[in-house]
Amino acid sequence: MIHQYKLNGFNIVIDTCSGSIHNVDDLAYDIIDLYKKKNEDEIMHIMLKKYKNDSSVTKQEIQDCITDIRELERQNKLYSSDIYENYAFDFKKRQTNIKALCLHIAHTCNLNCEYCFASQGKYNGERALMSYEIGKKALDFLIKNSGSHYNLEVDFFGGEPLMNFEVVKKLVKYARSREKLYNKNFRFTLTTNGLLINDDVIDFSNREMSNVVLSLDGRKQVHDNLRKTIDGKGSYDIIVPKFKKLVEKRKNKNYYIRGTFTHNNVDFVNDILHMADLGFTELSMEPVVCSPTEPYALTKDDVEIVKEQYEKLAKIMLERNKNGNGFTFYHFMLDLEHGPCIYKRIAGCGSGTEYLAVTPWGDLYPCHQFVGEEKFKLGNVNDGITNKEIAEKFKLCNAYARPKCKDCWAKLYCSGGCSANAYHATGDITGIYEYGCELFKKRIECAIMMKVAESIK
Amino acid sequence: KRIQTLNTRDLTKSLKQGGCGECQTSCSQKCENV
Repeated sequence: MIHQYKLNGFNIVIDTCSGSIHNVDDLAYDIIDLYKKKNEDEIMHIMLKKYKNDSSVTKQEIQDCITDIRELERQNKLYSSDIYENYAFDFKKRQTNIKALCLHIAHTCNLNCEYCFASQGKYNGERALMSYEIGKKALDFLIKNSGSHYNLEVDFFGGEPLMNFEVVKKLVKYARSREKLYNKNFRFTLTTNGLLINDDVIDFSNREMSNVVLSLDGRKQVHDNLRKTIDGKGSYDIIVPKFKKLVEKRKNKNYYIRGTFTHNNVDFVNDILHMADLGFTELSMEPVVCSPTEPYALTKDDVEIVKEQYEKLAKIMLERNKNGNGFTFYHFMLDLEHGPCIYKRIAGCGSGTEYLAVTPWGDLYPCHQFVGEEKFKLGNVNDGITNKEIAEKFKLCNAYARPKCKDCWAKLYCSGGCSANAYHATGDITGIYEYGCELFKKRIECAIMMKVAESIK
Repeated sequence: KRIQTLNTRDLTKSLKQGGCGECQTSCSQKCENV
């Protein structure tokens, strides 16, 4: 299966199953398109007619190009066949170990963001803070169920995790005390709205957190419109100086600024550029996922605008990289030579199998976006996974779970997409959130175009 | 050249290698075992 597209002056061909990527000229682009539909004589005839005014396109050139394409096919770099489907269905039989937990350290928040999927941090339930005892049990559960995995990940999530910062610190200390004993390496992440950042938080985070996710929606008026404090005031002026200080002191350690864009700012590239102007270089901007009845929900008409924005962003980033004032955009960061193996590409995020969310009460859910949906409760940190039926369903959430995706060129990039988005859009974890698909495919096209552009520098 | 092929990880080769699972979980990637 191949995918061909033109973007920013490049003709790009992706071979889905081998992972190969080709940058081709117009003649090769046309022949690759016809190669499986016409015989060689027909291709020759069509090309000679189409390029009759181009003296560089001779009969010999066309023949040579066909020969090159045939050789790439022989090398399994074009039109490679899908040999992975049977492996995907073996996934149900395989033994999976848990390697990551999302600790809902606080089901409460000091902001009142209108679009929050966690309903102001409460996940449609009671306000609560995770106790040290529950957190400790969660870490023990992770170690016990991680098999031979060396790297274990723990996200401190909420709500606002800094509202329970003392417990965060104690849990990190406890995890570190277990590392040598069990031959494990904990990688911690903190996701925060920034209001409670102080010198203590900065020093601790920069010492212990592998990554820090800082929530900022971009321009002040955009951010303050939906990210308000409990008394209804904007939070931009409070958090930006704190984020700047944290990032400056963090030096080369990972962080990123994570924004959400809505129908109110479909020109979100301006928000990303604003983040860059503030001096931040690791950036992310996500489309809001919410009920279509919300006034800020992205509309059908927004899709094409958003796709144009992604293309605009990719071009700006190439230009800025050239000028030495570049930044990274989360969804454009592809590593073509050291990217994930086919197993990872089939399995996707591992929600419900390798990755679980833990509520303040110790209940286990497939991921943070299912917390509060009672029927998805998998068990708890005392008894482990007891709802085997749901666990089995998540084992089959992979790139081959949806028949409709069978012929999609992007399936080994998206791994079947986000189960939570699918569930909230269609009522089925193996449904298809088509809006998200459209945007995802455009982002991958842009990311690959950037790689092509960089390869010919 | 009419066709320029970028250097990419061969996915079919990674099938034989098996997945080690040490990469980060993912979500709304760098493999150290290529």
